[in-house]
Amino acid sequence: MSIQIDQVNKFYGQFQALHDVSLTIPEGQITALLGPSGSGKTTLLRIIAGLESAERGRILFGGEDISQLHVRDRNVGFVFQHYALFRHLTVAQNIAFGLESLPKKQRPPKPEIRATVARLLEMIQLPHLANRYPAQLSGGQKQRVALARALATKPRILLLDEPFGALDARVRKDLRRWLRNLHDEFHFTSVFVTHDQEEALELSDQVVVVSHGRVEQVNAPTELYARPESRFVFDFLGQVNEFSGQLKEGRLVQGDAWVRLPESPSGSEAQLYLRPHEVRLTSEPSEQAHFPFCIEAVSLIGSEVRVELKAQGWQSEDVWEVGISHAEFNRRQPRRGDRCYAVPDIAHLFAEGQDQPRTISWGDSA
Amino acid sequence: MAESARHQVGSKPLIKWTLIGLALSVTLVLLVIPLVLIFSQAFSAGWGTLMANLGDEYTLHAIGLTLFVALVTVPLNLVFGTALAWAVTRFQFPGRKLLITLIDIPFAISPVVAGLLYLLLYGRNGWVGSWLGQYDLQLMFAWPGIVMVTVFVTSPFVARELIPLMQQQGSQEEEAGVVLGASGWRVFRHITLPNIKWALIYGVVLTNARAVGEFGAVSVVSGNIRGETNTLPLHVELLYQDYNIVGAFASASLLAAIAILTLAVKGFVEWHQARERDLQPEHRTEK
Repeated sequence: MSIQIDQVNKFYGQFQALHDVSLTIPEGQITALLGPSGSGKTTLLRIIAGLESAERGRILFGGEDISQLHVRDRNVGFVFQHYALFRHLTVAQNIAFGLESLPKKQRPPKPEIRATVARLLEMIQLPHLANRYPAQLSGGQKQRVALARALATKPRILLLDEPFGALDARVRKDLRRWLRNLHDEFHFTSVFVTHDQEEALELSDQVVVVSHGRVEQVNAPTELYARPESRFVFDFLGQVNEFSGQLKEGRLVQGDAWVRLPESPSGSEAQLYLRPHEVRLTSEPSEQAHFPFCIEAVSLIGSEVRVELKAQGWQSEDVWEVGISHAEFNRRQPRRGDRCYAVPDIAHLFAEGQDQPRTISWGDSA
Repeated sequence: MAESARHQVGSKPLIKWTLIGLALSVTLVLLVIPLVLIFSQAFSAGWGTLMANLGDEYTLHAIGLTLFVALVTVPLNLVFGTALAWAVTRFQFPGRKLLITLIDIPFAISPVVAGLLYLLLYGRNGWVGSWLGQYDLQLMFAWPGIVMVTVFVTSPFVARELIPLMQQQGSQEEEAGVVLGASGWRVFRHITLPNIKWALIYGVVLTNARAVGEFGAVSVVSGNIRGETNTLPLHVELLYQDYNIVGAFASASLLAAIAILTLAVKGFVEWHQARERDLQPEHRTEK
């Protein structure tokens, strides 16, 4: 069941939480609502569920306008940020709650409910905890029970509010993979809210970046990462190095640092965004770019070596981060205090007064 | 260890034992001795006299009326307090903060003043009272008046217990229930009620204790008609004024026994609440 959000506006008193949000959430896919706290992403999720009402706009499920339908009748599964398990009911009773709340005519007979609960417990791999109370479960277990409870009534749509926010990194990773598999098996339409870009990129088929109550960009994860459409999306999608300078004779210059631009943009100033893996480190400056640095720190983190760089002879607001492979690290042996130069392969140029970047590639000309 | 213990705040033996001694002696003089005295006075003329005093026609009526007032007051305030707590913790509306403050009026105001206000409003010459008088309905100097002021005086107890708890618990579980398709009644019955059960019982115990023991407000609106509008606390005073000391203490011992029972129940409920709190998810470490 697809979800359409049509020009939704939401106010809290004077504060406008959502500005004319329009969005299509395709059937059977996982969509992430990604944004910083206070961006309106949770509000949007609650409006889809029917827990909040929008002042203006419509919500359509599978083409049918359900804006006026009560939460109770929307048949959506909702997983709350802090699970919201019923603390006075056991795990099994929690999972059965939705089925037992059905009107008498639709309610399955008791043995059938019991069988469904047993099947769901099997699915979340917790059949041995059926008679425990929520307080006796770990965070990851609670999260799985919350999922089973939401799926018991076979909702067409599953909504998750920061589903992995309160869990530690390892459990989070396991659960993410588990949810992905579950989704591939059952093919419900899922929407989840997160402020973690990594989670959004890993788990979803489509990412919706939300900021200040507006949709900034909607894309598949790979597309989104490759082509962020605004400064906000850029900043939000992880570490990025910035270089601001004046445009002079086809070059962007600031202090001792400069970079040659293939084609000159309009205006007198511009900003260059460079991602850690789109920059190489050399011991000599190249003819296309001159970014002198002093190495501040070298840290071996997992699959990559992260080098932190301090600008020499020019100004940078933050230290730059460059990621190099372990092979290159072994070959070059960079040390704290060494001087080096950064050479960009790909960069994203924001011309003066423009919010849309232009991607520049120097190819292998260097 | 000994070194650090010596430097704890307030751990000097002199200060420690002076404070403990002070607290204990005040408790003894002001609380324990009077309580013991009530029972020793009541029993001073023997078990038979005590029973005779309690079996007195007027005393029996006072006991009956007191129980009746409590029986009407407690359910009324149970419903009122729950509804009020629900309203201020689950809805946002203008004047919500003011309403939370207003709940405390019966605590802040002297019960005698409350009684006088009711007399002014519902008495024979009062605004509402004179209108009701046309239909031959008398509220003051009759049991309805006693119930009214008792409800007024005890109205904050249940709400005051529930509001902080319901605020802390939030409405997520209820939202989860509604999303799962549960009706409003089912949500209340199976989610809200079990979560607030112990606070509710605690509120009821306090309401009951106060309803049984209320003197000031009731004495203004009751008219002290023996065998008609005399509650147990008023009866104690009447007997005392009649120089029936043993009788007064017999009735007083009954009230004191109710108080002790209340404390026992209160202690049990508090113990239960504390245990329940320890089982809350927030207090457990995530694995």
